Amino acid sequence: MNKTKALFLSLTLWIGGIGNAYADFEMNLVRGVTKISQANYDLHMLIIWICTIIAVVVYGVMFYSIVNHRKSKGAVAAQFHESTKVEIIWTTIPIIILIGLAIPATKTMIEMDDTSESDMSIKITGYQWKWRYEYLDEGIDFMSSLDALSNAARQRDSDVDPTTVPNYLLNVDNPMVVPVNKKIRLLFTAADVIHSWWVPALGWKKDAIPGYITEAWTNIEKPGIYRGQCAELCGKDHGFMPIVVIAKTEAQYAEWVAQQKTAAQEKAGEADREWTQDELITRGEEVYNGNCASCHQAGGEGVPGTFPAIKGSAVAMGDLEKHIDVVLNGAGTMMPGFSSMLPADDLAAVITFQRNALGNNVGDSVQPSAIKPLLGDEDEDE
Amino acid sequence: MSTDGRYYIPHKAHWPILGVIGLGTLLAGFANLINGSSMGSTMMIIGLLTFIVMLVGWFWLQASESESGMYNADVGVSYRWGMMWFIFSEVMFFAAFFGTLFYCRVYAIPWLAGEGGGPGPVTGEFLWKGFEAVWPTNGPGDVGGEFEPMGAWGLPALNTLILLSSGVTLTWAHWGLLADNRDQMIKGLAATVFLGFLFVYLQATEYQEAYHEMGLTLGSGIYGSTFFMMTGFHGLHVTIGAIILSVVLYRSIRGHFSKENHFAFEAAAWYWHFVDVVWLILFIFVYWM
Amino acid sequence: MSAVAAHDDHHDHGPAKGITRWLFTTNHKDIGTMYLVFALIMFFVGGAMAMIIRLELFEPGMQFVDPQFFNSMTTMHALVMVFGAVMPAGVGLANWMIPMMIGAPDMALPRMNNMSFWVLVVAVLLLASTLFMEGGAPAAGWTLYPPLSLQAGNNLAFVVFSVHLLGLSSIMGSINIIVTILNMRAPGMTMMKIPLFCWTWVITAFLLICVLPVFAAAVTMLLTDAHFGTSFFDAAGGGDPVLYQHLFWFFGHPEVYIIALPAFGMVSTIIPVFSRKPLFGYSSMVYASASIAFLSLIVWAHHQFTVGMPLAGELYFMYATMLIAIPTGIKIFNWTATMWRGSLSFETPMLYAVAFVIMFTFGGFTGIMLAAAPTDFQYHDTYFVVAHFHYTLVVGGIFPIMGIIYYWLPKWTGHMYNEKLGKLHFWMTFFSFNLTFFPQHFLGLAGMPRRIPDYAIQFADFNMVSSIGAFILGLSQLLLVYIVVKTIKGGEKASAEVWEGASRWGLEWTLPSPPPYHSFQTAPEIK
Ligand code: HEA
Ligand code: HEA
Ligand code: CUA
Ligand SMILES: [Cu+2]
Repeated sequence: MNKTKALFLSLTLWIGGIGNAYADFEMNLVRGVTKISQANYDLHMLIIWICTIIAVVVYGVMFYSIVNHRKSKGAVAAQFHESTKVEIIWTTIPIIILIGLAIPATKTMIEMDDTSESDMSIKITGYQWKWRYEYLDEGIDFMSSLDALSNAARQRDSDVDPTTVPNYLLNVDNPMVVPVNKKIRLLFTAADVIHSWWVPALGWKKDAIPGYITEAWTNIEKPGIYRGQCAELCGKDHGFMPIVVIAKTEAQYAEWVAQQKTAAQEKAGEADREWTQDELITRGEEVYNGNCASCHQAGGEGVPGTFPAIKGSAVAMGDLEKHIDVVLNGAGTMMPGFSSMLPADDLAAVITFQRNALGNNVGDSVQPSAIKPLLGDEDEDE
Repeated sequence: MSTDGRYYIPHKAHWPILGVIGLGTLLAGFANLINGSSMGSTMMIIGLLTFIVMLVGWFWLQASESESGMYNADVGVSYRWGMMWFIFSEVMFFAAFFGTLFYCRVYAIPWLAGEGGGPGPVTGEFLWKGFEAVWPTNGPGDVGGEFEPMGAWGLPALNTLILLSSGVTLTWAHWGLLADNRDQMIKGLAATVFLGFLFVYLQATEYQEAYHEMGLTLGSGIYGSTFFMMTGFHGLHVTIGAIILSVVLYRSIRGHFSKENHFAFEAAAWYWHFVDVVWLILFIFVYWM
Repeated sequence: MSAVAAHDDHHDHGPAKGITRWLFTTNHKDIGTMYLVFALIMFFVGGAMAMIIRLELFEPGMQFVDPQFFNSMTTMHALVMVFGAVMPAGVGLANWMIPMMIGAPDMALPRMNNMSFWVLVVAVLLLASTLFMEGGAPAAGWTLYPPLSLQAGNNLAFVVFSVHLLGLSSIMGSINIIVTILNMRAPGMTMMKIPLFCWTWVITAFLLICVLPVFAAAVTMLLTDAHFGTSFFDAAGGGDPVLYQHLFWFFGHPEVYIIALPAFGMVSTIIPVFSRKPLFGYSSMVYASASIAFLSLIVWAHHQFTVGMPLAGELYFMYATMLIAIPTGIKIFNWTATMWRGSLSFETPMLYAVAFVIMFTFGGFTGIMLAAAPTDFQYHDTYFVVAHFHYTLVVGGIFPIMGIIYYWLPKWTGHMYNEKLGKLHFWMTFFSFNLTFFPQHFLGLAGMPRRIPDYAIQFADFNMVSSIGAFILGLSQLLLVYIVVKTIKGGEKASAEVWEGASRWGLEWTLPSPPPYHSFQTAPEIK
C-alpha cells in the first residue's frame, strides 16, 4: 500500500473508532447470508488484493525514483525513451491478470443469472416511494413503506433526534418475510419510475423498471433481519423507501403466512360494513400521512409549482366523483392512481378525510362499499 | 484586397455573436412556448429572424471573401475538413435514431410480448397479457389507438426515385463546373433544387394523409414515434440542403465558383449526397421492412 | 501546410479595445482566456453546489434543504462541473496552446471559434435559469433517466435545449481543433512529432463529434416523450426506459474519457520537463490513447449491469470494460518509466502530475472492481461509485488542469507565480481531496446509496469526515484564485523558456513570455 492509502486508511480507521462507534457498522463489503453474497465478497477481496499487489509494484517503482532520482540529490537524467521489450511485458502481464479476474467473475455472473427451479416466487413492485410485495403462491399482497418513527424524524422541522430512532431510515411498517433455505425467485417491476431493490446481505440489487419485469433469485441461509434501501434515484423521497427482509425458519414462516391470510379476510370484511364518518376520518388521517403527506404535505398545503394543495383544492372541495377518480386513477405525471395500492376502506377513508379535514369542510363522505366496485382486481401499469 | 497566398485570419467577427443571440432567443422562446408561456412564440420569431440575418450576413461575407481570392488553398482544405467532420456528426445523430428503431423492434417489443428467455414470459403474462410482437405496433397499451402503417410502394417509392435522380442531376452539374460549362452547371443545379423541394412537398402530403386518413400520428406508439421523428428529421435536412443548393445556384448564376475554387458547391453536394444515403436506409428500414 | 498568416485591412496586430475585443474576437488566445475564466467561474458554481450537498450530508437528519432541492443540487453540480468547468477548461487550454505548439498563426476556423465559446455561455445560462423556475432545477441526476426526468415540469425543455447548445458548442470546438491540427502544422512537423497534448486532443475531439449527437438525439426523445406524445421510453407504447440509458451511456462513458484524455496529454507534457528526460514511449502513448478512445465506444452498458440485461450482455460488457485497463496501464507505466532515472524536481506542476499518476491509478483500480459485473451488483449506485468517479474525474480531470495552469501561467502572463503558495495550494488540495473522497469508499461498501439527502446513523462518522474534507477542499480553491490573480497583476518576470531547458520540449517556449498576439506570423522550421 502506498503512503497516501496507508495514511488515510489508518486515519479513517481511527475516526471509525472514536465517537459513537456503531456495532453494526461494516467498513468492508458485507459477507452476507447467501451463496451469491459470499461469492461476491470473495471476488471483491480477490480484486482488492490483486490491485494492492499491482499498486505496491507500480507505486514502489515510482516512489523509488521520486526519492532517489531527484535533481536535488544531484541525479543526472538518463535520456532513454523507448523499449519495445518492456512495452510488450507490461502489456501482456495485465492481460493475464485480467483473464484471471474474468474467470471467477464469469462463474458468479452465470450463477446469479440462473433463476430456474425456484421454490416460490414473489413479485415486487416499486412505487414512489414504497414497495409492494405479492406472494404469487400464497396470494399474500401488501405495501411496505418507511416506518412512522423514521418518517417523523426525517422531516426538516422535526424535533425528533434521528440518533434516537432505532434503525433510522432502515425500518418499514410491513417487512417482507421469507423462509430460509428456499430458492426464492423475485420478479421486479415499477408503477411509476425506475427503482432498485437492494439488500446488501443478499449480495445484489436489481432495477425495477415500469412496464417491464426483471428477475433475480436468492436463497437465504440464516434466519435474521436484513435491511436495505432503494438504490435508484426515484424522485424526492428516494432516500426514504427502505427494504426489510425477515428470514424465518420453515415453521415460523408457515405461521406468518397463516396470520397474513386471516388478517386479509378480516380486512376484506371491513370493506363491506357501514362506517361512520368519524371512523373514516380517523383512519383517513393515518392513510393520508402514510401515503399523501410526502407530497401534499402534512397540513395539505402542497408545494407550489410541484404538488397541488389539498387544503381548499377544487378537487377535494368539489364533485365527489371527480375526487374519487383522481385518487383512484391518478392525474398528471406525478399523481399515481391508488386503486392498486390501497384497499377500498383506506381509499374511502382518505377521501372522506381530505374532504372534511385539512381546512376542508364539504361534509359528505364515501363508504368503502361504494369504492369497492370501482377497483379492478389486477392492476395495469399505464 | 488580397492575402498574397497566406492563411487568412479574419478579425472582429460580428456575425457569430449575433447568431448566438438569435439561437439562444429561438430556443429559450421554444422552451417557453412548450411550458405554455405567452411570450414564447414572439421570442421564437425574433430569434429565428436574427438567426436568418446572421446566416445571410455571414455567408455573404464568406462568399465575397472567397471571390476576392482571400482564401488560399490551405483555407480551402480547412473548410473541407470542417464540412466532413460536420457531416460525420450528422451521421451519428441519425445513427442514434436507427439504433432506437432496431433496439425496439429486435429487443424491447419481443420482451414486452413475453417472448425469449429470462423474464420475457413473465413480463407478458403479468403486465401485458395478449400483446403480440408484431411490427408495426403502437405497443401493448395501444397508445394513440388504431392506425394504418405507411406502405413503402406509393409516395415513398416515388420520393426515393426523386432523391436518387436529384443526386444524378447534382453530379451532372458538378461535371459542368469542372468542364467550365456554366450552363450545364446551372441547369443541373436548378433541376436538383426543384427535385429537392418536390420531395419535401410530397413528404408533406404523405404526412397529411397519415394524420387525416390513416390515424397515424407522432403519438401512435413506438411506430408513430420512430416513423415521424426519423422521416421528419430527414425531411428537415432535405429542406436545409435544398436551401443551401438554391444559394449555390444563385451564386453560380452570379458567376461565382471556378474549376479551382468552389468549396461551397462541394460542401453542398456532399451534404446532399449524405441526405440521399440516409433516405435510402430510411426507405429500407422504416417504410419497407 | 500554411506558411504565413494574413490579416484583413487594419494593420495593428494588437487586440481591439473594450469589450468588443471579447465579443468579436477571433484570436485563439483571447478565446482560450475566455474559456478558462468561464471554466473557473463554473468550477466555483459547481463547487458551491457540492458544498451544499456536503453540508446537508454533514450529519443525519434533514437540516438545511428539502430532498427535491438536494437532488437538484446533485444534478446541477454534476452538469455544471462536467459541461461548465472541466470540458471548457480543456477546450480553453487547447485554444491557447495548440496553435503555439504546432507553429500555427491561429486556429483554422477563427470565426467559428468565437461562436463555439458564446454558444457555450448561452447554453449554461439556459441551464442555470432552471434554478429560478417554479418546480426548480432538474432533479433526476445528471444522467436524466426517464421516466423520472419526465416528471420534471417546466425545466425539462430548458435542460434539453441547453444540452443541444452544449453539444453544438463542443462539436464546433472539436471540429476546429481537429482541423487545426490536421491542417495547420508547421512544415516538417509530422503527426508523430506533435506534442502528446495535441494528439490526445485530436482523439478527444473525434470522440466528442462521435457521441454528442447521440446525446442530443436522446434528450430530444425525452422532450418529445414529455411534450409531443411519443413513446420512445414508455413500455405502454412499445418503448423502453432502459433504451434511454443505452443512448445516454453511449455518450456518457466516452464522455469520461473526453475529460480524461486531454488530462493525460497535460500530464505527458509536464512529467518530461520536470524529469529532464524525454517522454518514455511516445508512439505507444499515441496508440494507447487511440485504443482507449476506441474501447470507450463499446463498453457503455457497464453502467447498467443491474437493469436486467441478458447474460451475454453482462459478460460482454464486463470483458470489454476490463480491457481498458490495458492501454490505461501502458500510460501509467510510461509515465513511471519517464520519471525513472530522471533528474526530478517538484515544482507545483510536477506535484499535480505525480499526484495524478498515483491517485488516478487508484481510481482506476476501483474502476476495475466496478467492471467486474457480479460485484457491481453490490457497488452500483452506492458511494463507492461516487468515490470512484471523483478519484477519476477530479484527479483525472481537475488535477492535471491545475498542474498545467501553473505550468503555462508564466508563459501566458509573463510573470512567475508564487511557488510557495502554489505548493501550499497543492498540498491543501491533495490532503483535503483524499479526506473528502477516500472515506466514501467505505460508505459505499457499508451500504450507503448515492443521491440520498439523509442516511442511516451508522454512516454518520465518515460522512462528517467527508464533509469536513470537502469544506477544506473548497476553501483551498480560493487560494488558487488568489495566486492566479496575483500572477496576472505582476510578479517576477518570466523568461521565454520559464522552465529549465523547456525550449527543448515544445515550440511554445521559443516564443517570448507573454507571447505576441498572433503566435507564429512565420511558421518555424521543424527539423
Ligand atoms: C475521468 C473519468 C473516468 C475514468 C477515467 C474512469 C475509468 C474507469 N471506470 Fe469509471 N466512472 C466515471 C468516470 C471515470 N471512470 C464516472 C463519472 C462514473 C459514474 C457515472 C454515474 O453513474 O454518474 C463511472 C462509473 C463507472 C462504472 C459504473 C459503476 C456503477 O454505476 O455501477 C464502471 C463499471 O465498470 C466504471 C469502470 C471504469 C473502468 C474499468 C475504468 C478504467 O478506465 C480504469 C483503467 C485504469 C486502471 C485499471 C489503473 C491503471 C492500470 C494499471 C496500473 C494496469 C494494471 C491494472 C490491472 C490489470 C487491473 N466506471
Ligand atoms: C468533473 C466533475 C466533478 C467535479 C470536479 C466534482 C467535484 C466535487 N464533487 Fe462531485 N459529482 C460529479 C462530478 C464532479 N464532482 C458527478 C458527475 C456526480 C454525480 C451526480 C449524480 O449523481 O447525478 C457528482 C456527485 C457528487 C456527490 C454525490 C451527490 C449525491 O449522490 O447525492 C458528492 C457528495 O459528496 C460530490 C461532491 C463533490 C465535491 C466535494 C467536489 C469538490 O472537488 C469540489 C471542490 C471545489 C470547490 C468547492 C470550488 C470552490 C468553491 C467554493 C470555495 C465555494 C465558495 C462559495 C460558496 C460556498 C457560495 N459530488
Ligand atoms: Cu425508489 Cu429510489
Ligand atoms: Cu463508464
